[in-house]
Amino acid sequence: MKLLTHNLLSSHVPGLRPGGGFPLRIEAAEVRVRPVPFNAAFVSRLVPRLRWDALREAAESLGRPSELPPEPTPGYEDDEEFLRRLHHVLLEVEVLEGSLQCPDSGRRFPISRGVPNLLLTEDEA
Amino acid sequence: MVLGCAGAFRRVWSVLELLNLTFGPPECILFPPQMSMLILCPYTFVVACLRHKSKPKVSNKEPSSSLIVALPLPTAAAQLRLAARYFRFQKLLLQKNTSMEAKTSEDHLKVQKMKKKVLRKQVRAQHTLMRHEGIKCVSHATQSLVIANAGLGNGMSRQQLLRILEEYGAMETLLMPPNKPYSFVKYRTTEEAKKAFNTLNGKEVTLEDCGQDIILYINFVEKVSLQNAVPTSLPPGLMVIEKIISPEEEKRLLESIDWKGDEDTQNAQKTLKHRRVKHFGYEFRYDNNNVDKDKPLPGGLPEICNPFLEKCLKQGYIKHKPDQLTVNQYEPGQGIPPHTDTHSAFEDEIISLSLGAEIVMDFKHPDGHTVAIMLPRCSLLVMTGESRYLWTHGITPRKYDVVQASELGQKVRTITADVGDLTLNRRETRTSFTFRKVRRSPCNCIYPSVCDSQKGQQRLVQPSFPQNEMEASKLEQEYVHKVYEEIATHFSSTRHSPWPQIVEFLRSLPTGSIVADIGCGNGKYLGINEDLYMVGCDRSKNLVDICGEKHFQAFVCDALSVPIRSGSCDACISIAVIHHFSTAERRLATIRELARLLRPGGTALIYVWAMEQEYKSQKSKYLKEKSGSKNKDKEMNTGTVQRPLNDQGPDNSSQDSAWSHQLLNDFKDESCGAKPVADFRLPVHTNRTSFHSQDLLVPWHLKGGTKKKEESADTVVVPSGSKELQGLSPVFHRYYHVFCEGELEAVCRSLDCVRVQKSYYDQGNWCVILEKL
Repeated sequence: MKLLTHNLLSSHVPGLRPGGGFPLRIEAAEVRVRPVPFNAAFVSRLVPRLRWDALREAAESLGRPSELPPEPTPGYEDDEEFLRRLHHVLLEVEVLEGSLQCPDSGRRFPISRGVPNLLLTEDEA
Repeated sequence: MVLGCAGAFRRVWSVLELLNLTFGPPECILFPPQMSMLILCPYTFVVACLRHKSKPKVSNKEPSSSLIVALPLPTAAAQLRLAARYFRFQKLLLQKNTSMEAKTSEDHLKVQKMKKKVLRKQVRAQHTLMRHEGIKCVSHATQSLVIANAGLGNGMSRQQLLRILEEYGAMETLLMPPNKPYSFVKYRTTEEAKKAFNTLNGKEVTLEDCGQDIILYINFVEKVSLQNAVPTSLPPGLMVIEKIISPEEEKRLLESIDWKGDEDTQNAQKTLKHRRVKHFGYEFRYDNNNVDKDKPLPGGLPEICNPFLEKCLKQGYIKHKPDQLTVNQYEPGQGIPPHTDTHSAFEDEIISLSLGAEIVMDFKHPDGHTVAIMLPRCSLLVMTGESRYLWTHGITPRKYDVVQASELGQKVRTITADVGDLTLNRRETRTSFTFRKVRRSPCNCIYPSVCDSQKGQQRLVQPSFPQNEMEASKLEQEYVHKVYEEIATHFSSTRHSPWPQIVEFLRSLPTGSIVADIGCGNGKYLGINEDLYMVGCDRSKNLVDICGEKHFQAFVCDALSVPIRSGSCDACISIAVIHHFSTAERRLATIRELARLLRPGGTALIYVWAMEQEYKSQKSKYLKEKSGSKNKDKEMNTGTVQRPLNDQGPDNSSQDSAWSHQLLNDFKDESCGAKPVADFRLPVHTNRTSFHSQDLLVPWHLKGGTKKKEESADTVVVPSGSKELQGLSPVFHRYYHVFCEGELEAVCRSLDCVRVQKSYYDQGNWCVILEKL
């Protein structure tokens, strides 16, 4: 699971408050970094779609605290250094083993071999 | 000199690892003065700098002063500058190399070349082990080694490997996993392992058993893998009774079979491609895998078998006296394809005597789980219940079997019981006497999915149309989710070509779009357009795992409750998913969920299977690719599969037409609270025919799809036209609701938050593109 995927995920346990369940807390047991070709336009277009605080929190939980500024730097479209750092955090860092925890209900979802299992049991659904 | 072989910037690190492996940890890396060497280990930037006082010089001698510093590279620009420097440096190095090599003798050059080749192959072995087996090699010396090319799978025996390895020291364990071309060894000390590594890596060895030359490639591993060490239990209902007969009885039985020249006598005898067979009592016909029950062979079973059969009855191994005997003779290298004895042909108990030699028989559950079982000479194999009805059994054609090495190990009949105790065993001629009782009434076993007797009656146990939410969810659980989980590997192997119009949709999206594929299956659309960020999800964990192996972003979830935050996607696709939901409400809810994920202006592409497989006088590919349509009835009755499983569209079908309209009305009426009155059974579709009902079960004929590629050397090749395997594949049924013209559009229009942009028909599917308002 890449951190961009994590940024899109939100807990779907029934009965959460509106807007609840986000972001899922990452408990990583194994993290891998896999190089991905850099595409400035691609990363730049992702920026407005991100929940920035959640991304920083996620990066921090993986022990990469200072790689991202508190918020996207103005004029980031042309800031290659910023885009490269973001590219790295979003697309190259992957959680292979561990779990995701719903911040509201505490429900844990396992991540195994990079694949999160967010299926709810029949009782939960 | 060795650094000259670095091919590309990003591989510097692996070159260093190689250095590490071959010559021990590099104490330093030498550089021309004023130059920095950049070593890139993924995203940890390590700069190793060494400033040397003398002239530019590259050597593997230890320098007088060395300095290795690790610095984070502050900026991307700095990183690029260093990269550029590295390239210049490498060029210089190469030039230097060339000039120096010119001076050295040709022999020296050859040695260099050989060394490079070994390095290359060794690294390749490392990658292969990682990719296929998940075995991680390490660059520092440890006690344990993985030895590529010295495995049971490529003809290395335990005895030979032990002899090779013990020269370098005392071993703690030697693990030889079955069917794999590598082994693991753990020495008492790292020193010994290092010694073995240094001498054996790249060494040529002649396999004692077949005289073939192989080259060993060795890597260090942190610990030896014990994955297979869990003892395997016998398939339920299976027994192996040793020494059921004495060597004298064995001899008499073997002599009683006259293999010479009576081709045209009463006892049907044949030399099959893989073995010799002879039948008594009834002839077993390989064309229909059955016996002619009213055509017994004259003479019955040989008299000489009677004492043995009496013993079996007395001991309770069998309840009925067999009336059919098949004698098979296997030369080394021969085998029998995996099969289950036809349910309708024989009773529950099947017993088989192994004479002349031992052999390993492979049993396989439909879920892919396999158990290899040693059948010792003079032993009796008894198959009842699950092992007789559900598991397949077969003998892999090969000249050597993997067996337990120690006598103690041989007591355990399953072969994988202890990977630390496996070796090869040369096969000898083995003759089996298989006794069966011809069945006089249809089989009523509890495995209807693999039972030919119960195929025609399946409608009796067929599920009915769901009456409420709970039944709907249950139906989907049983007839959609479970089935995909079971057939995932085979299903995935038939799903590789993306459909053109879906590809076109994905290619038309702007760079940087976030796209969710809800119901992504094996992920065949996730890699279509690299300029998109695609995430996939599916209800089937096995299918999602396949996506994960392909390094796609995917997770497991239900399409009714997708754990993606609202409004985060620029586009969604839902291909061949919504037709698996069994009520109109659930189908609507799935589309509503899809729309929730979209940002305003975002688009969703939906494909569902169409009731109309012929549209505007054009037959869909699904219909056109039907083969052997004349055999349709036969297929239904005997379960023989002749239809090629194919990529275009799922398979499907149905029988009764009367109530398709009824259901359509239900669909329309449901909002008014009307419920279907009758308890409708869902019809079973005949593959590659047109639909007669909107709600139906579509058969999936499972083929042994759980085998991995690297095992292919051991798989049985069935000659085309052989019916031996046909009719043995389990059949699964998937629930479908096929959509009528306008139905999908109508469901979409009932949602206020979306607009139907486009609606079209594509090869037997109804399709819409929605836009989020």
